Amino acid sequence: MTSARVVITGLGAVSPLGLTVDEMWAGLTAGRCGIARIQAFDPTGLPCELGGEVPPYRIQDHVPKAMRKAVKLMCRDIELSVLAAREAVASSGLITKGIDPEKVNVDPTRFAINMGAGMISCDLEELGPATAVSVTDGQFDLHKWGQDGIRQITPLWLLKYLPNMLACHIGIIHDIQGPSNTITCAEASSHLAIGEAAQIIARGNADVALAGGAEAKINLMVMVRQNLLCRAVAGRNDAPDTACRPFDAQAAGAVFGEAAGVLTLESLHHARSRDAGILAEIVGIGQSHSVHPAYARMEPDGAGIRIAVEKAMADAGIGPEDLDLIVPHGTAVPQDDLAESRGLEAALGSAARRIPTWPTKGQLSTTGAAAGALDVVAVVRAMNERLIPPAKNFTRPVEGCNLNILTERRQGAIRHALCCSHTFGGQTAAVVLKSFEGGARQ
Amino acid sequence: MKTSETRERVVVTGMGVVCPLGHDVGAMWEGILSGRSGANRTTIFDASTFPTTFDAEVKGYDFRKHIRHPELHEGCSRGSAFVLGATAQACKQAGIEAETAQPTDGIDRTRMGIYLGAGEGSLDNESFFGCIIAGWDAEQQRMVWPRSTRVAMDRMTAVRELEQEPNMAAGHTAMLTGARGPVRSCLTACAASTQAVGEACMIIRRGDADIMIAGGAHSMIHPLGITGFNLLTALSRRNDSPETASRPFSGSRDGFVIGEGAAILILESLASARKRGVSIFAEIAGYGCSSDAFRITDMHEEGRGAVLAMHAALADAGLTTDDIDYVNTHGTSTAENDSIETLAIKTVFKDRAHRIPVSSIKSMLGHLIGAAGAAEIIASVLAIREGVVPPTMNLHDPDPKLDLDYVPNAPRKMPINTVMKESFGFGGQNNVVILKRFREET
Repeated sequence: MTSARVVITGLGAVSPLGLTVDEMWAGLTAGRCGIARIQAFDPTGLPCELGGEVPPYRIQDHVPKAMRKAVKLMCRDIELSVLAAREAVASSGLITKGIDPEKVNVDPTRFAINMGAGMISCDLEELGPATAVSVTDGQFDLHKWGQDGIRQITPLWLLKYLPNMLACHIGIIHDIQGPSNTITCAEASSHLAIGEAAQIIARGNADVALAGGAEAKINLMVMVRQNLLCRAVAGRNDAPDTACRPFDAQAAGAVFGEAAGVLTLESLHHARSRDAGILAEIVGIGQSHSVHPAYARMEPDGAGIRIAVEKAMADAGIGPEDLDLIVPHGTAVPQDDLAESRGLEAALGSAARRIPTWPTKGQLSTTGAAAGALDVVAVVRAMNERLIPPAKNFTRPVEGCNLNILTERRQGAIRHALCCSHTFGGQTAAVVLKSFEGGARQ
Repeated sequence: MKTSETRERVVVTGMGVVCPLGHDVGAMWEGILSGRSGANRTTIFDASTFPTTFDAEVKGYDFRKHIRHPELHEGCSRGSAFVLGATAQACKQAGIEAETAQPTDGIDRTRMGIYLGAGEGSLDNESFFGCIIAGWDAEQQRMVWPRSTRVAMDRMTAVRELEQEPNMAAGHTAMLTGARGPVRSCLTACAASTQAVGEACMIIRRGDADIMIAGGAHSMIHPLGITGFNLLTALSRRNDSPETASRPFSGSRDGFVIGEGAAILILESLASARKRGVSIFAEIAGYGCSSDAFRITDMHEEGRGAVLAMHAALADAGLTTDDIDYVNTHGTSTAENDSIETLAIKTVFKDRAHRIPVSSIKSMLGHLIGAAGAAEIIASVLAIREGVVPPTMNLHDPDPKLDLDYVPNAPRKMPINTVMKESFGFGGQNNVVILKRFREET
């Protein structure tokens, strides 16, 4: 049994830098920063009042007419994923039911979806009326909640917040009847989802897959959680542009944001048979785990990252000298960045000091389950534009980090690129991409 | 990615469970054989005014009694606590040393992975609702966020917040076992742990791991979980008779009974199991996955996705419906599921549908949500080994429209070589696994 080769034929991204891949790429190359004071709610009182928010959009404009009723069941994570999925499908040239039901050119039963999703925090305001009738002497009263509170909430409330609903809404819009999965491994989710989708195609269970992730972290509960875990940057509220500094000596924590990134993956055979433009090939997948009793942090030696990278490189059958770009996870939590750089150095040896390394979160913020997918989108664009922008907010490395973090833009061919991610909780993942021989069809 | 020619056979070499019928596999099986119900009045929180006042809880369980180093897991959620016990049992049975930095079992930790279908932990309810109460402006019908923020930052704690994340169960499992191979956690609603077992098999088949610790962990028995399911009218409201409320396929079924727990299988390549000389309990022969792509709220009327997944699993196993001796159903006791699942079985099995036993152990365990499928897979392994079909209890008034052999009210002795296990989830997630008695020859 020979595995199919898996290529990328479409990209979609909704990020703090814009509603499309083009806008994200333009922002990345222009050195724009998507981080600002949170607008969605008044963040006063949080140590970190900053966030990476997606610019305004109207969800109705991005959902086929026949399915607009469903938008009532979409929380923001779902909306973002629906937007990015639509772009990923449209840019691939595939025609699904959601693009044009008359001209469908993909077999729904051979179409898979694999999304990374976060733990979706519910909208507190939506629970306000129900909570207000469930109070006795200023305290929450579960008796009253069971009796009266529940009745104040819309019957389908739960369905808005189940993580698998991202994939389900997208699946309904685009008629995806093949394998469907939702990976909930926090900030490593979308690399894991992309890896699994590629393997589903490779083993012949689908010809085409949408894969990526989405998460909307601009929610008070999420922000409180990250502040309590001391992962969010404190004391930089006056300087949002320079607050998030991955691998930099002045780094003091992450900024959290919202985004969705989706790839259209296809077997090479399927892509060729419809003469699709091929943007890159997925050639290596590696996954492992950090084992560390402080679950909110990486183990100091980055072993989980090291093993994931070693596996991905072996899967790709390449050596460190073949890599022209690394996009690390780099959240700007200092000890995590240091651990990641140690893991990369352990996996790649002295080459790690030379390979151009481009962390993106100084501009995109940490977007949870979307983060890894945004990075893959950025890498694919970099490959096709033959351009790596410089890392934002990086001047000199945190002590102990020997990576070659780019301070200037670099032009030239990128044959292979490595993306990696890790998360609180411990999961690690790495993906190796290869520029497609002959380059992309213009 | 590697283009492997091999296809490893995947066998089960260990099992562990913590469920409403007991804290190990023996207790669960004894409960099933005696038709015992795990349902009773809700004790985890005061649900006395909720529309549903009962559930199927794991009672009297303390994870600290199942492991040697509970201090590494203090503060973990119920789901994580359950998975620690289940994993410890399963590892012991399979000869995998847990809780040691220097294992002597000869297993390469980078070749041992984890795949869980796992859900979120309970909110810190008092702080959460306290935070809404503090911020809610009843006159303006909106939140005054800084007031909420103050309460949240004051009352919430980092560990409690972190442990709610759905990937934490996998994190604790890795801490317990030292697993450094591929680790993923998925959450496809009620189908999650069947998906986890299925995808874990694929990882072994592809040669990316020798051993996968696979299964599920979940507890949605918390105020917002029960609120959500009650609002969907998915839960039985037979408050005067919890023990008979879960009655899959009966004419008077009125919803599922929510349970909780964890179930873990040690999956292993046949080569690894042979090399280690461990007992083999069954073989996982096939896996199929699909999505309905129909509606967020309902299953496809004809069970289109369920049928597709069943066909996919049979094809993957290289078997036909004639080879299946028993179907372990999703069988939730909701009007919709049991009707459509029956229809799907008839569509796939045609004439044979009436001649094979199909049953639901949710009539005894309740519905373990994310952990349900894995617990049911363990019951299916035992059915093969013990030659007993588990009963569907509480089936005294059959639904006249549902006419399969549901094995009502008493277990049935018969030789079983092959079992089809189905799981379906909200949003149209369908996962099917086929288990076989292990034989040296395929």
